[in-house]
Amino acid sequence: MPLVEMKRITKRFSGVVANSNVDFSVEYGEVHALLGENGAGKSTLMNILYGLYHPDSGEIYIDGVKRVFRSPSDAILSGVGMVHQHFMLVETQTVWENMILGMKMPFVLPKKQIIKKIAELSEKYNLKVNPLSNVWQLSIGEQQRAAVLQMLYRNAKVLILDEPTAVLTPQESKELFVTIRNMTALGHSVIFISHKMNEVMNETDRVTVLRKGETAGTVNTKSPDTSQELLSEMMMGRKVSFDINKPKRDLGKVVFDVNSICASNDRGGAALKNISFRIRKSEIFGVAGVAGNGQLELCEAIYGLRVAVSGYVKINEKDLTNASARALMDCGVHYIPADRRSTGMVTALDVKSNSILTDYWIPPISSGNSINWKEAGNQAKSIIEQFNVSTPSVNTAVKNLSGGNLQKLMLGRELSNSPEVLIVMHPTWGLDVSATRYIRERIISASETGTAVLLISEDIEELLALSDRLAIIFKGEFMGIIADPKSMPIEKIGLMMAGTHISEVL
Amino acid sequence: MLRVEKRIDASKWMNYVIPIASLFMALIGGAALLGTQGISPLDAYCRIIKAAFGGSYEFSETIVKATPIAISSFAVMLCFSMLIWNIGVEGQAFMGALAAVAAVRYCHSDNQFYMLCTAAAFAIMAGGLWAMIAGFLRSKWNVNEIISTLMLNYIAIRILEYFVYGPWRDPSSLGFPITTRFPPSARLPQLFGSRVHVGIILAVFLAFAAWYILSKTRLGYEIRVIGENPKAARYSGMSYMKNVLVVMFISGAIGGLTGMTEVTGLHGRLQASFAAKYGYTAIIVAWLSHLQPFVILLASVLFGALLVGGEALQIELGLTLSTVEILQGLVLFFVLGGDFFRNYRLKFTWRTDK
Repeated sequence: MPLVEMKRITKRFSGVVANSNVDFSVEYGEVHALLGENGAGKSTLMNILYGLYHPDSGEIYIDGVKRVFRSPSDAILSGVGMVHQHFMLVETQTVWENMILGMKMPFVLPKKQIIKKIAELSEKYNLKVNPLSNVWQLSIGEQQRAAVLQMLYRNAKVLILDEPTAVLTPQESKELFVTIRNMTALGHSVIFISHKMNEVMNETDRVTVLRKGETAGTVNTKSPDTSQELLSEMMMGRKVSFDINKPKRDLGKVVFDVNSICASNDRGGAALKNISFRIRKSEIFGVAGVAGNGQLELCEAIYGLRVAVSGYVKINEKDLTNASARALMDCGVHYIPADRRSTGMVTALDVKSNSILTDYWIPPISSGNSINWKEAGNQAKSIIEQFNVSTPSVNTAVKNLSGGNLQKLMLGRELSNSPEVLIVMHPTWGLDVSATRYIRERIISASETGTAVLLISEDIEELLALSDRLAIIFKGEFMGIIADPKSMPIEKIGLMMAGTHISEVL
Repeated sequence: MLRVEKRIDASKWMNYVIPIASLFMALIGGAALLGTQGISPLDAYCRIIKAAFGGSYEFSETIVKATPIAISSFAVMLCFSMLIWNIGVEGQAFMGALAAVAAVRYCHSDNQFYMLCTAAAFAIMAGGLWAMIAGFLRSKWNVNEIISTLMLNYIAIRILEYFVYGPWRDPSSLGFPITTRFPPSARLPQLFGSRVHVGIILAVFLAFAAWYILSKTRLGYEIRVIGENPKAARYSGMSYMKNVLVVMFISGAIGGLTGMTEVTGLHGRLQASFAAKYGYTAIIVAWLSHLQPFVILLASVLFGALLVGGEALQIELGLTLSTVEILQGLVLFFVLGGDFFRNYRLKFTWRTDK
């Protein structure tokens, strides 16, 4: 009898089928991966198991007993816990206060007992967190450990981890997998949602693949027939090649010159310390680093959204330090932000309105004080056509587009202005394999036509595949710039991401 | 069992059905209220309808009340479209009325057209600049405009009272806080031999202007982008400060015109309580109309009717003013509550677990 069994789960959202007759089961003490493209229904299935959604039909059995979850607290009572990608922690509170969130407690909180229990759990599962620290002071890895502890504190038997390694360094990921093994050895089961094939292959026992809301199959990862190719075929229903073709290009003169930029973060601390680099025409310059090490501040400081307190930014030798975003755009610098839904797009407005967001003040879109909506419609149509955006019409609200189509639309919008410099952050974050591939190809082809690209990403594979040179950022400082990233062993890049300078690595 | 579920996409017909259903619910709620007063709700509602729409005179009075509500609703709507919560249209109307009186006193002309244009220009400047104070504080130091515009209302009321009770009081008013009657050249023409004045034309014009600005112009595009997503606006290089100042000025100017048209069109002089809280009613109307310009015109007539009908209830049935205000409050309460159903739905399911 499996620990968790979900039978014939069906869930529709106003006509769209997210899960259709999905069967899913998890054995005692196993690590079970859930794999699938974006929109395949992984999150829906797990949110059903965690009680956030209610299935239209189908049954859930825990320990062989049929359960109906009306809310996550029902699920936790049955031993199902989930750690979301964005942890459900109250940042301004301490770790021990977060442990008891939403739990029934006496009027005076038994702080000593809580801390004692945290210490016991930390010891047992090897999850080191100081219970007295405020959550906002913790590193991302520590926050994740706190979130896992939060579930264990509630006696979770099965733990759902939603893309847990997306925010971690390679070293931190390794520690996480040790913890996961500890937990399974103590009888827990772990469900592991991931996009990363190598993790799925190396760190899990079984994998269930979802495709378009249906179960494509469950396989043992350790069986000799299972390979990354097989899994991606199951995900997409066809074979795809992973390597991306990057032709050799002649690099031109320096287009983008950033020198000794310093900037503060929102709390007033130093976010960037003397960042310097130059990007030549047609060059792709990558910046690697764990989330929150100054990548966002770097983009903002360059793009006039954050004050650079020292240093300069030059485009084609023109000084644009602390110039407005609009001045930069007018000089051919375009920026694709990481949070496409909250910064790069106005999701409540339609495709047409969004496709003119970064050139609505330039003729022919702008005519006098008015906007030429006919021209805007044509522009939207040409982006849709050239960049394979799938949308019912140019009048569809952008919030109804999938992540991949949204990203294609945004990329198309910025590239159709044939920019001198393209700043692009996490371009394929959360996209499925085919959209990812498409976006990467378009970035390469933009560089072929002469655009200097600043590529900021957390995906090492992506950075290695695209970058001509690669800088590693740690706590707002470059740990070094690697001239030939492909020849650098990935462990050494990992060390640099954890704060070792390039001179000590080589 | 009853469950609340998020709607993925709200269908179009909901935009019409839900407000009407909400209004209906408000009437039922109002019926309960009227019942406690020992009044037959059906009788009361019939009286409201008769008092507001029963004849050409009744309807003209409804339009008289609807005019300032509609004009100030456009002031509110422009700001709200940009997520600037201008609660101060009332005060901006007071400043506009005061400026109109100043124009009549100090720039008097016997040419009616010239006189009215001067008064309107004074009102636009006074209301616009008054609103820009809050706009400036907001964009420069991030001062919450809800608080600042509200506080500015109280200041505006006191300034107006100072002039009406003090230097500008009509010596022959027997101590009443009113100014001297305006000369004929300073009166807005009235239409159809009723008290309906040219302000209604301004209201209809503003509906078209607001629609045009928001949907066709660059300013309107920026307002909508800032309103829907300020971060995206910053990313595309829109100036928040400039837009806040411009929109607050336009909004305040429209507010000022509300005051100017009321004193020159209806009262013919300034009195301390000329505005009857139209600036606040406008907030309800703008919200109820989902910031749609032409719906605002309709909703204003509805609220004008509620005011006229409310007066009739006070006179004919001896209801208190507060009861009438509660009726209005119920409408807002249910309409805002009804909004919930645009984004969520209730689902009835059978319990499946034992």
